[in-house]
Amino acid sequence: MYDDLWCFTKYLIDKFLLKTGKVNYECYFSACKSMIMNKLLIFGFVITIFFSCSEKKKEDKELAETADQEVIAKENNTTTDVKFPIYDFDGLEPMLHKDDGKTYIINFWATWCKPCIEEMPYFERVYAEQKDNNVEVILVSLDMPNMWKTQLEPYVENKEIQSKVVILDDPKQNDWISKVSEKWGGAIPATLIYNKDNRTFYERGFTYEELNKELNKFIK
Amino acid sequence: MKKTKILGWSALLLIFVAAFAMGFTAATEHNLEDGYEVGDVAADFSLKNVDGTMVSLSDFDSAKGFLVIFTCNTCPYAQAYEDRIIALDANYKQQGVPIIAINPNDPSAKPGDSFAKMKERAINKGFSFPYLIDEGQNIYPQYGATRTPQVFLLEKTAKGNVVKYIGAIDDNYQDASQVDEKFVENAVDAMLAGNEINPKTTKAIGCGIK
Repeated sequence: MYDDLWCFTKYLIDKFLLKTGKVNYECYFSACKSMIMNKLLIFGFVITIFFSCSEKKKEDKELAETADQEVIAKENNTTTDVKFPIYDFDGLEPMLHKDDGKTYIINFWATWCKPCIEEMPYFERVYAEQKDNNVEVILVSLDMPNMWKTQLEPYVENKEIQSKVVILDDPKQNDWISKVSEKWGGAIPATLIYNKDNRTFYERGFTYEELNKELNKFIK
Repeated sequence: MKKTKILGWSALLLIFVAAFAMGFTAATEHNLEDGYEVGDVAADFSLKNVDGTMVSLSDFDSAKGFLVIFTCNTCPYAQAYEDRIIALDANYKQQGVPIIAINPNDPSAKPGDSFAKMKERAINKGFSFPYLIDEGQNIYPQYGATRTPQVFLLEKTAKGNVVKYIGAIDDNYQDASQVDEKFVENAVDAMLAGNEINPKTTKAIGCGIK
């Protein structure tokens, strides 16, 4: 977890240094790359072990059962006319554990989060390019309730966002952040990429190239 | 012949497992360098307050501890907690645990968090505590702050200011009246009473520091 935090902090520092012209952007990414590669190696090893024993099948079955549970949108009387489904974490959670052969990119964002907005076009572009390749993008908005009509809807409409947009409205953040990933400290942007074999969480922003590179580790 | 082969393979496997384990140890060791964990001694600092003076933890002779809060003008979560931060200061300053608010953002990246804007905010909201700017952004990485708002509760001890709690103010940013657990209040109360703090760390969504 702290590797990721370190990476994220480093990213922020480098971004600042980049602004002041002291380093180039590659500096940040190469450091992160080696870290992420390292992680994937370890992950690969764990997955291999999983495959070699029957536990794997059991787990898949459990995941499938979770996914089969019906997703119920949270009732909210004051905002029933919002165009996007509104979930509490229990409602959202099955989307983080689907076992249908697709690769899911789950991006946690908000309209008030500047780096989130900066990376939004890359998620859209990757979705447009990869949706026929069994890739789904779900944009989980963490906008506050008073922003749903005033900021979120206009943004999605004006930018003609094609990816699926859902709202996560669950103030008990300390209870659910770790359920998304133990590595997540709570800063956004944050992104989860997973399919039935692999799962990686990123507490950082992406460029188009970086996002593609990470996604390529999931799609064959 | 066959026996040698098996031996060779097991040796190879052993090397792999060892390398794997070493990789893990190295990763863990590295983690310790990244910001504070509960139990670490926090560094003092000298940062500029909105009133123009320089503020350090060592200025507070009679303090028993500090609530160092990384916060800012612009983050909606930070704004949602402003009144609660003011209330915390009113309650705990007199008990010897003042609030020290630090804005870790780079004003060139977030103009709304400039020193001038900080002054405005402090006056308009009537901040009763120092609101410092992390000029050069040296302090927040030392503490390992990743977002605003984020609280570090410190206890003044013989060996320095020891980190006692890291995390959120409470468990409901949206509505102060719907809070079930007041993490920071419980932590300070436990610290002052000499009791074990539980939980020692919590997570919350916040704005990444820019």
